[in-house]
This record gives sequence, structure tokens and C-alpha cells, in this order.
Amino acid sequence: MPETILKVKNLSVTLSGEKIIENLSFEVKKGEFFIILGPNGAGKTTLFKALLGLVPYRGEIIWSGKNIKFGYLPERLSSSEFKKLPISVKDFCKFKEASEERISKTLKSVGLEEKKNLEKNPGDLSSGQFQRMLIGWALLGSPEVLFFDEPTAGIDIGGEKTIYSLLEKFWQEKNLTILLITHDLNIVYGRATNVLCLYKKGVCSGPPKEVLTPDTLETLYGNKIKFYKHRH
Amino acid sequence: MPSQFILGLITATFIGGIAGYLGSLMISKRMALVGGPLGHLALPGVALSLIYHYNIFLGALLSISLGAVIIWWLKTKTALSIEALTGLVFAAGVALGFVILPLSQAEEALIGDITKVNPTDAVLAVILGLVIFFVIKKIYQKMVLAKISEDLAKTEGINVKRYNLIYLISLALMAALEVKIVGTLLTAALFIIPAAAARNISTTLDQYWLGSLIIGIISAVLGMSLSKFSQIPAGPLIILANTSIFIISMLLKSGRQ
Repeated sequence: MPETILKVKNLSVTLSGEKIIENLSFEVKKGEFFIILGPNGAGKTTLFKALLGLVPYRGEIIWSGKNIKFGYLPERLSSSEFKKLPISVKDFCKFKEASEERISKTLKSVGLEEKKNLEKNPGDLSSGQFQRMLIGWALLGSPEVLFFDEPTAGIDIGGEKTIYSLLEKFWQEKNLTILLITHDLNIVYGRATNVLCLYKKGVCSGPPKEVLTPDTLETLYGNKIKFYKHRH
Repeated sequence: MPSQFILGLITATFIGGIAGYLGSLMISKRMALVGGPLGHLALPGVALSLIYHYNIFLGALLSISLGAVIIWWLKTKTALSIEALTGLVFAAGVALGFVILPLSQAEEALIGDITKVNPTDAVLAVILGLVIFFVIKKIYQKMVLAKISEDLAKTEGINVKRYNLIYLISLALMAALEVKIVGTLLTAALFIIPAAAARNISTTLDQYWLGSLIIGIISAVLGMSLSKFSQIPAGPLIILANTSIFIISMLLKSGRQ
């Protein structure tokens, strides 16, 4: 049985007087591909921020081990923020205090090895390349836990597939614990070890095939949503 | 004993260059709006220094610090934006300065007078300038990351608030130094223009910060030299030199596109 890496007990987060998360408890085991689901406004991003210590909270967030290294890919980190500055992909990677060799190896692993990409401003990359650069950047710090907040938002289907196959590859190779927020049920059924669904009236958690019943999906996303598993 | 011109040149070069370097981090609108015109807050202190004959830098620094504390205090008491409060306190500072200062002495307070720089001023500019440069150099990359995404920076363990405070203190010290050469009205220009020009011609961070520093230095040397031959005060000439370089950088940029 793998050890527990994260234990959350009675977590509540209130931002600007509004209760975003109330009395949430769950656990994540080391090496899990843990997916957080839920409609917009359910508090998924806020949960990430609480876990990373970016917003104040009540309750307990216990990480096993003191100096666990995190990697974080925020939701829709705007590429326009980069455009305000003369900064190259290489400059941005150097923020991580990694060797040149490590940087080029990591960028190669996310498919950005071409020299012209290294010299570009991150804001000038395509949206798929931009997200891949951020994944590479997160990996440069040798994290044990990776937080991905909708990494494929605004990316076309081909690019989306690449991003998810990269995440899977690194998850397997580097023995990472991944926490992922996504709406993509393909990756949920295909990869998730456990899911946590957040919605206004409550939560559910467990392996996807057990907890994601048609009723739960309807509560989560409204309408009569159905999931047809692709058969390849 | 170095000549008055050499003393002025050393002072202006250090202040111009390092102000340009600091300005390269003044990326957000808020920072430019709040940090840029810090010199306005210096006017009442400079006015008192001129009347009672003590060091202008000290008067400017005390006055800027007091103004900053008042802005911070008002912020804790009202829901007004920091921009509105800054505008209010800056305007009050300038008005108070004019109440205190006899008009005959206003020119030095408003546009500076490099010919009155003494050896102490020059040593102060060099030492303080170097300290600020090395402190900011240490946190430069972290500040840039925080500008791109505060959440990302915090996840990397960067104490964004502390670094912003260090940066603001550096800006205040530099603005107080600037008063001697460009007066209280033009301090923002020494921060903003070199970085804006460097922004136009650079594609990497190293080119950008180095460019801001060098453009600040070149403008100071140009302004001082022109002032020597024309007898026009150096402050405005340094700013105009900066502006000219900015225009050239724009032409270079549009030529490349």
C-alpha cells in the first residue's frame, strides 16, 4: 500500500466573504494520478491554491514530509504577461537554477528543442508549445508533486492529446504524484487512479469507475451528460 | 581635488545608470504610477533643506518616507485604490512644498542643480548606488517571475511581499538621490525612459537590464556635457538625452519589423 502524501481534513476557504470550499476532507497517496472534477465555480482552482499555501484557509492540510517540492501550472497563465518583457524561453528556464544541459534536455523532452524556440519570447509560442514549455518548466525543479490546472484549456484536440501523453509519460518515468483539474472525461476514465468531484451540494471521491455514475455526472455538469468510452 | 564638473559627472552617471536599471523592473502600470513620481513627495523636505541649509538628500529621503507611511496608513483606513491615494498625497506634497519654499529658490528644488554637488554627495551616490545595484541584482529574476505570475513565484518559495518592499525602498532611496541632479519634478523620467528604450531594442533579459543601465549612463554623460557647453541646467538635458535615445530605439525597432 503506497504511503499517503497528502491528507486534507475539514478544509474551508472563504475569499472576500464568500465561502468557496466548506469542510472538505480527502487523501492522496504517493504516486497517484489524482483528478479533480467539477463545474465552473465549484472551487477547484481555489483548492489548488489552498494546497499550495497561496490563499488563507481553515482546517488541516498535511503533507507527509516537510520539504516536498511542488510544480505548478496555473490555469490560463497569460502568455501576454511575457510579451510585456524582453525575455526568451531560455531566460525563463534559467529562473530555475538548472544547468544549461538540464534545461535543453528538459525542453527536448517536451518537444521544444529547436534553437529558434529557445530564443523566442514565450508569448510568441503557439498555445500548445506554451503549455508544453510550462510543463517543462515545472519539471525543471525536480518536483515530487505536480499541480496542473486545466492544462489543455484553449488548445486544439491534437495538442491536447500531446499534453496528456506527456503528463502520462512523466508520471510513469519520474514516479510523480499528479493532481490535475480537467473536464476531459477521457483522461479521467483512462488514467485517473482516484477522482475528487466538487460541486455545490457536496463531494464525491474514489476510483472513477465507482464514483462517476450517470447520476453523479448529471449533478456535476447538469443536463443529461453521457460518456461514451472510445474503443480503439 | 577633482573639478566640480567631474564630481557632477560621477554623481550623474551613477544615479542615471542605476535609476535606469531599477526602472527596468517597473513593469506593471501600478508600479510605474506609484513608484515613478516618488520625487514629488520629496518637495516639502527639499524645501526645508534649502531654507535651513542641510543636505537635500536627507530632506528628500525623510519627506518621501513620511509620504509613503501616510499613503500606507490611509490605505489601511479607506477602501480607495492605492493609485487614488498616491495621487492625493503626491499632490498635497507638491502643494506643501510650494507653500514652504520661496519662489526664488524653487528652480533648484524643481529641476535640480548639479553644480552644487559636493564630494559627500558624490561618495553617497556611488556607495548607495552600488549597494542598491547589487541588492536588486540578487532578486532581479525573482522579481521578474513575480511580475509574470505571483502564484508561480510563491510556489517557488519566493516571498513576493518582501521583495516588493526591498524594491520600493530602493526606489525611494534612488528618487531621493535623483533630486540633486534632476529635481523633484523629473525623477520618474530617469526610471522609466531608459528601460522603455532598452525594451525596444532587446530580446533577452540580459540585454534589457544591461541596456537600461547603459542608456541611463550615456544620457547622464550626454546631458552633463551639453550642460557644460550651453550653461543650461543638466537635469532637463539628461532627460532630453534619454528621450532622444528612446526615439532612436523606436526607429531601430520599426526598422527591424
